[in-house]
Amino acid sequence: MAERIQKSKPTQDTEENVDTAADAVTETGEKIKADIDDLLDEIDEVLETNAEDFVKSYVQKGGQ
Amino acid sequence: MALPKVLGIETEYGIIVRGADSNPVSASSLLINAYISSISRKRGRIGWDFEDEQPSNDARGDFMDESIAPEVETTLVNAVLTNGARYYVDHAHPEISSPEVTTAREAVVWDRAADEIIRASMTHANAVLASDPQNADGAEMIIHKNNSDGKGNSYGCHENFLLSRDLPFGRMASQITPHFVTRQIFCGAGKVGCELPGRPNDDIGYQISQRADFFEEEIGLETTLKRPIVNTRDEPHADAQKYRRLHVIVGDANMSEVATYLKVGTSSIILSMIEDDELGNDWLLGNPVAAIRQISHDPSLRQTIMLRDGSRATALEIQWGLFERAQKYAETHGLESVGEAVGADVMVKWETVLHGLETDPDSMGHWVDWIAKKRLVEGYADRHGLAPGATRLKAIDLQYHDMRRDKCLADRAGLDTLVTVDEAVAAMTAPPSTTRAYFRGACLDKFPDEIVAANWDSLVFDVGRNPLRRVPMMEPLKGTADHVAALIDGCDTARELLDRLGQ
Repeated sequence: MAERIQKSKPTQDTEENVDTAADAVTETGEKIKADIDDLLDEIDEVLETNAEDFVKSYVQKGGQ
Repeated sequence: MALPKVLGIETEYGIIVRGADSNPVSASSLLINAYISSISRKRGRIGWDFEDEQPSNDARGDFMDESIAPEVETTLVNAVLTNGARYYVDHAHPEISSPEVTTAREAVVWDRAADEIIRASMTHANAVLASDPQNADGAEMIIHKNNSDGKGNSYGCHENFLLSRDLPFGRMASQITPHFVTRQIFCGAGKVGCELPGRPNDDIGYQISQRADFFEEEIGLETTLKRPIVNTRDEPHADAQKYRRLHVIVGDANMSEVATYLKVGTSSIILSMIEDDELGNDWLLGNPVAAIRQISHDPSLRQTIMLRDGSRATALEIQWGLFERAQKYAETHGLESVGEAVGADVMVKWETVLHGLETDPDSMGHWVDWIAKKRLVEGYADRHGLAPGATRLKAIDLQYHDMRRDKCLADRAGLDTLVTVDEAVAAMTAPPSTTRAYFRGACLDKFPDEIVAANWDSLVFDVGRNPLRRVPMMEPLKGTADHVAALIDGCDTARELLDRLGQ
């Protein structure tokens, strides 16, 4: 099984493009963090003012 | 030979009327009736025909256990729409069953149309509530596209796939199970808290799937209790000699279009592989019920699950294994059964999502609901110093699925889209052209006064003769636009249509 799993891993990354890929990941990571900060500001505005009550009163009947 | 895929998605939405005592059945009825009333002419008022509903038939034949057979509820609101969908009240939830489609992309289009129908319905229903003099407190109806209330009650988003009757059900069930258990890593919708019976809700801060806590059996007929990973309901809504329908109850409702696309697209490909007996048994699971929970409860994706041969693998490793087999299958058999171009695109996105999950899961937040939601939940917890499972985090979870545009957090989470709003809005009224849903929808649009009932596999006309005329539609790939558009366009009356169909 171990052999099969190893084989299943993608092997497309060569050493040459690993560095560029890592840079791209960091860049994406920073952009994601900036986006998430904006988004969290927006959540504060959009979130129900009585969010906790709403969660508590949210009861559904079971379905399929 | 794998059959060309015919598929559909049914979604039960969460419903609540805030600020009023209201039971969910009457609220759902109000929602649907408000939409139907808003549609011009008699469209959509046509009732559902229950003649051929047999949800208690079991795909395992005369299999008897202690389960309670599901019953058809015939007294509630039940409408057929010109886009070929069914819109009705099911188990105290509004449900939309999409028209039959042939590709994952079409499935996304009519799933998005269903969301737009829900949004329009909510607007109309709230106008009705606002005009009610008894509603002095400003009660508001709110709909969520989710699968759990966070308190142990779940409702479904089901997929349906047409399969050949010749396909051995037992082999199909065991071979599809590894995919149904592990695909949640890219199509789980995410959940704050735990709803496993007997375990405290805050035992798990965040998990991958809305639904995983509710599955108790590997296989069975139930859909509301002791839910099985593979459901055996044998109700093909088509020629039962030739077809069966796989009724998939294990999935989450997705806010992400790409997640819906991948959920339906990868499952279509795996099913074609099983039909052609090209999937093999490498990934059969030791304990699927334990595995679906273990995977859901570990957003780090490091948890291994037991395979039938006693070894262990992560969900990602199993998905890579399934993907690689699918790649070989695509080379040897082609992907025509799922639509060649869509199938090829699904393969590319499947590889991309697995690679992203393996290297940097957060990078998949624009495709994968549980990651998009997790970023909101964790970011908000950090900012406000909240403990995992805090009620405000549950509010974010719930509001991720809110169908009100001004409140929906999924809309703000940066999810990629595959379908334009215009395309989704057009599909609210237009049927897919590729299946019998075209005939159903086009006839409802053109001859609403002459159709007295409709269901998946027939239309019943009243053209002033006795008896009523039932037009059977037992072949899901007949009645397409190619087959009948010119015929329907060329008939001024339903009577003329029936006469020409009878020739």
